Amino acid sequence: MEKVEDQNPQQEEDQVVNPWEVSAKDGGKIDYDKLIDKFGCQRLDQSFVDRVQRLTSRPPHVFLRRGVFFAHRDFNDILDAYERGQKFYLYTGRGPSSEALHLGHLIPFMFTKYLQDAFKVPLVIQLTDDEKCMWKNLSVEESQRLARENAKDIIACGFDISKTFIFSDFDYVGGAFYKNMVKVAKCVTYNKVVGIFGFTGEDHIGKVSFPPVQAVPSFPSSFPHLFSGKDDLRCLIPCAIDQDPYFRMTRDVAPRIGYHKPALIESLFFPALQGETGKMSASDPNSAIYVTDSAKDIKYKVNKHAFTGGQETIEKHRQYGANLEVDIPIKYLNFFLEDDAELEHIKKEYGAGCMLTGEVKKRLIEVLTEIVERHRRARAAVTDEMVDAFMAVRPLPNMFD
Amino acid sequence: MGYSKDQLLARLKELQIDFSQYEHPVVLTVEAQAKYVGNVGGALSKNLFLKDKKHRYYVVSALADTKVDMKVLSQRLGLGKGGLRMAPEEVLGEILKVPLGCVTPFALVNESASHVSLLLDKGFKTQERCIFHPLSNDMSISLNAFGLDKFLKSIGRDPTYIDLEANPPVGKDQPPDLASLVPLGSTVLPDLPEKTPSQDSSGNHPSAGNNSTAVTAKADKPSSAVQNVKEKSVNGVRPSIPSTDAGKFVEELLDRTSTLLLSEISEDSIKRHGGQLGAEVANNIRKCLREDLKNLATIVKNTAYTEGFYAGTHYQPKRL
Repeated sequence: MEKVEDQNPQQEEDQVVNPWEVSAKDGGKIDYDKLIDKFGCQRLDQSFVDRVQRLTSRPPHVFLRRGVFFAHRDFNDILDAYERGQKFYLYTGRGPSSEALHLGHLIPFMFTKYLQDAFKVPLVIQLTDDEKCMWKNLSVEESQRLARENAKDIIACGFDISKTFIFSDFDYVGGAFYKNMVKVAKCVTYNKVVGIFGFTGEDHIGKVSFPPVQAVPSFPSSFPHLFSGKDDLRCLIPCAIDQDPYFRMTRDVAPRIGYHKPALIESLFFPALQGETGKMSASDPNSAIYVTDSAKDIKYKVNKHAFTGGQETIEKHRQYGANLEVDIPIKYLNFFLEDDAELEHIKKEYGAGCMLTGEVKKRLIEVLTEIVERHRRARAAVTDEMVDAFMAVRPLPNMFD
Repeated sequence: MGYSKDQLLARLKELQIDFSQYEHPVVLTVEAQAKYVGNVGGALSKNLFLKDKKHRYYVVSALADTKVDMKVLSQRLGLGKGGLRMAPEEVLGEILKVPLGCVTPFALVNESASHVSLLLDKGFKTQERCIFHPLSNDMSISLNAFGLDKFLKSIGRDPTYIDLEANPPVGKDQPPDLASLVPLGSTVLPDLPEKTPSQDSSGNHPSAGNNSTAVTAKADKPSSAVQNVKEKSVNGVRPSIPSTDAGKFVEELLDRTSTLLLSEISEDSIKRHGGQLGAEVANNIRKCLREDLKNLATIVKNTAYTEGFYAGTHYQPKRL
């Protein structure tokens, strides 16, 4: 019986991590070891990365190599089944609360695209427009509009339309999906959901009854047009670790209603430009790199706003080297610089004080600009008709090819 | 090719919209217009052509007396405090296809303006008749707001009337009330400089010569601008992005490969690898281009699938 969070997180821990709030203790860094321990998931160690490489016959994704995706639940079961010839499907999603997407938002999607390509499996993407309508007090129309806009950026990450189904809750909830929602809802008491998500008597009933919506895409029977007759199909969910509570609840319920528990593979949080302790917020455009930023914007933001671990003067820097622990350009390069050897070299030289902050920032600007440019070009090719096609309830006959 | 004044008037008659027309010398301001049509029994309108930082455009059409505060409007649209400004002159002709001083809701009849959002003063509804330019400054037409609505609906627009003088609070729990009026796609215009010509040419005042070169430099590009301004066409016109053209796709692939190939072969690399240079370059090309080309191929695949999907959902079954 795995550990299930049943106390209000705000009460005892100083670190708060749940789907609606992420904050470290005393304005410090998130302690991921503590988090893994508290949530009860497992560390993804090197043996997993090697195994993935073997099974997929291709180099593992940079996020795996660098420990960006660092925790999991039952990923080994997925791999065991895969080795036996049993496929699985992927499930990820986005809460469309704003039009402006930044690089942090793209991370789970970049990784999911890699998983789709490497394992050749289908993918469902949930746009929780209803959740944002409720939590952010958006109008129904606005949240639906944002969902479609975000869908375009998601599609631009390069998903294969013949293996991908994107849906918005307002459009899709009903039928078999809703039946599963009720099955899940019957298994979770009010007290339990308050314990997991921290709801209070002041929260409206929409919020309280939302969790099943995010739970049931983990079950293949929620998508009869895709997985009819494949009730045994397993599900792997790539997400950021703050989504863990939803799926802890789901995993608890699954065996009780006769389904496989979904497996999870979880990522770190993407730090704000101003540093780990800063918050990336939609109202501060300088806290993140947006996919709509021009090369000039990126250069400006990195040069002026990225928090560095470099010393105050060149002499001091040459003597002591940079503090890699807090240096944002190094952290960002860790996420996005493909070449392992080059990253090692930069870390070594910068840490020793031979390389200056300006050079590291320059390299980062190049890397980020290339990514944003590539995304923009792909985004320009996404039409409303393409969004309609991705979101149409249609069979995907080649989804395992 | 922009809609002409005569075409517009013919269209209004076709739609049986009741209007009166008044010819007068060319006017560039509401004050000048008032001299000629100030007492024909209609309310004068002032029309602003605005843009935001993401190259999205808006026509704000209001009664001449209504106070329009750009800062407030910007916030209500969700663009922040200084997000709206007057659109530059060059863009007026390219998008609305009307001359200076002639911004009018009727300009939205043009395909190039399909992305432009229209904000109408609810004050129009209380007037018997309102006066607008019919795509040219040497004439004014007066019509009832119902007539305007009928026209707008005929070009696939849903007329939205708002209280332009309202100033509702916008904050964390009060989302901008006009956010749904922000256009879905941004209008992609070729490399228009954000700065005015005077700033570019080291402090010279924008002379007529300066402006004309600026305009002609862009004159050869409007077709691509119009093509890019497609995303959500008013009447659901099919996308015309060349991404499924096999020829263009192959050219793109070959371009990238040969650029990389040429950069890999140099005196230096020949010396270094000698006979093995071929294998070395082939390897590098694979390594560098693999992901990029796969992404390109996925875009082509998705676009082709979408075209097929569209065709499939719009096909007419055989009549038996």
